[in-house]
Amino acid sequence: MTSTPETPLRRTPLHAAHLKAGARMVPFGGWDMPVQYAGVKAEHDAVRTRAGVFDVSHMGEFRVQGPDAGAFLQRVTTNDVMKLKPGRAQYNWLPNEAGGLVDDIYVYRVGEQEFLLVVNASNIGKDWAHLQQHAADFSVQLSDESDRWGLLAVQGPEAEALLQPHTDVNLSAKKKNAYFPARLLGFDVWLARTGYTGEDGFEVFVKADEAEALWDRLLALGLTPAGLGARDTLRLEAGFPLYGHEFADDLHPLASTYTWVVKDKEHVGRAGMQAAPPVKLIGLALERVPVREGYPVLLNGERVGQVTSGTSSPTLGHPIAMALVQSDAAQADAYEVEVRGKAHPARRVELPFYKRA
Amino acid sequence: MQTPTELKYAPSHEWLAPDGTVGISDFAQDQLGDVVYVELPEVGRVVTAGETVAVVESVKTASDIYAPASGTIIAVNEQLSGSPELVNSGPYEGGWLFKLDVTGESGDLMDADAYAAANG
Repeated sequence: MTSTPETPLRRTPLHAAHLKAGARMVPFGGWDMPVQYAGVKAEHDAVRTRAGVFDVSHMGEFRVQGPDAGAFLQRVTTNDVMKLKPGRAQYNWLPNEAGGLVDDIYVYRVGEQEFLLVVNASNIGKDWAHLQQHAADFSVQLSDESDRWGLLAVQGPEAEALLQPHTDVNLSAKKKNAYFPARLLGFDVWLARTGYTGEDGFEVFVKADEAEALWDRLLALGLTPAGLGARDTLRLEAGFPLYGHEFADDLHPLASTYTWVVKDKEHVGRAGMQAAPPVKLIGLALERVPVREGYPVLLNGERVGQVTSGTSSPTLGHPIAMALVQSDAAQADAYEVEVRGKAHPARRVELPFYKRA
Repeated sequence: MQTPTELKYAPSHEWLAPDGTVGISDFAQDQLGDVVYVELPEVGRVVTAGETVAVVESVKTASDIYAPASGTIIAVNEQLSGSPELVNSGPYEGGWLFKLDVTGESGDLMDADAYAAANG
């Protein structure tokens, strides 16, 4: 018998609220997080058809300030942060020297010399060390505000209509990737018209000690609490890659379909990304058998790659998967995925699997 | 959580009826969440108690189902191929998995009280 030393799981400011809502809690990236409340499918459907709310307070927030804030971020990210006006946000990558990804992040421009980065929960420590290392050459100040913020994601076609009566900001004037301060339900928050579900919605930055009270008010508006289970099926249907699955330190990120994230500029990973990626990310649709991460993908009986994320799509009603396959085998129409020793047919389909009307 | 008293229960959450019918418990289906696929054994297969004989897949995970006793598979629930959600809605009725002709020994099976106490 073996045992692993137990590290206490971290808790978000909403931990008690999750237990009160009857959530099933699971360890996720070092955090004790709700995987579901009523059920993955019901929560997924609520976000696709009405609106749901997720606790994403486990994600990290770093503030970057100073005369070189923009220049520093140009160097350590692949996208063009100088295109961002204050009040706008952008999806971006933190490359490493070898051309893999330290993390995929969101960059919010607060002012001319001030940005906020939102990073993946499990990468907070690694990202912080990486940024510190590269900051030495720049006149910037980095602060880790991860413990100061609660972060709630209100997602779904009815998100705007539900929130509008309770805020002083005209939400319809705030387009995708807008980032702005607001008064919402009596709380001073920052809102971003961003999300990870393929639906319209807002991410709400609230002071950690006010997060539970705001969560309660949002549930009272009729928002369905949604857990990590639904977050994963929603993001997979939307074709969004997930760090640790479609991205990693040693994985060429241009294997993904998000090649537009890399702009022609000097950045930490530029040399490492010169070579063409040896694998490509593809979408697969299956008839009945769900396929999971790590299952082999076959072409003409030969193993050409493996599934990186897979689930049964609640919206489409059949299993879907993303897979990394050898670049020279990425153009076929039909593959097979090996499930418990048996090969099942899989069609290649364009990503995303689901796009809102 | 329902735990019918006429059934025996394995620690791995399968139930075994006196007539050899096997399914998963109400507790197990609740833990799994929405069942989306069930892979059943072939009729005629001879199995040993504790052996993996089926797989129940929810949206999130695949879970192995073990034979609660040794015997031969004499029937499988064909309804599950079109309606796997029966495992959630009726774990002791329409959601049964397979029938065993029990010929050998059972695993460590519990009565309803012991099972309910272990999973309370």
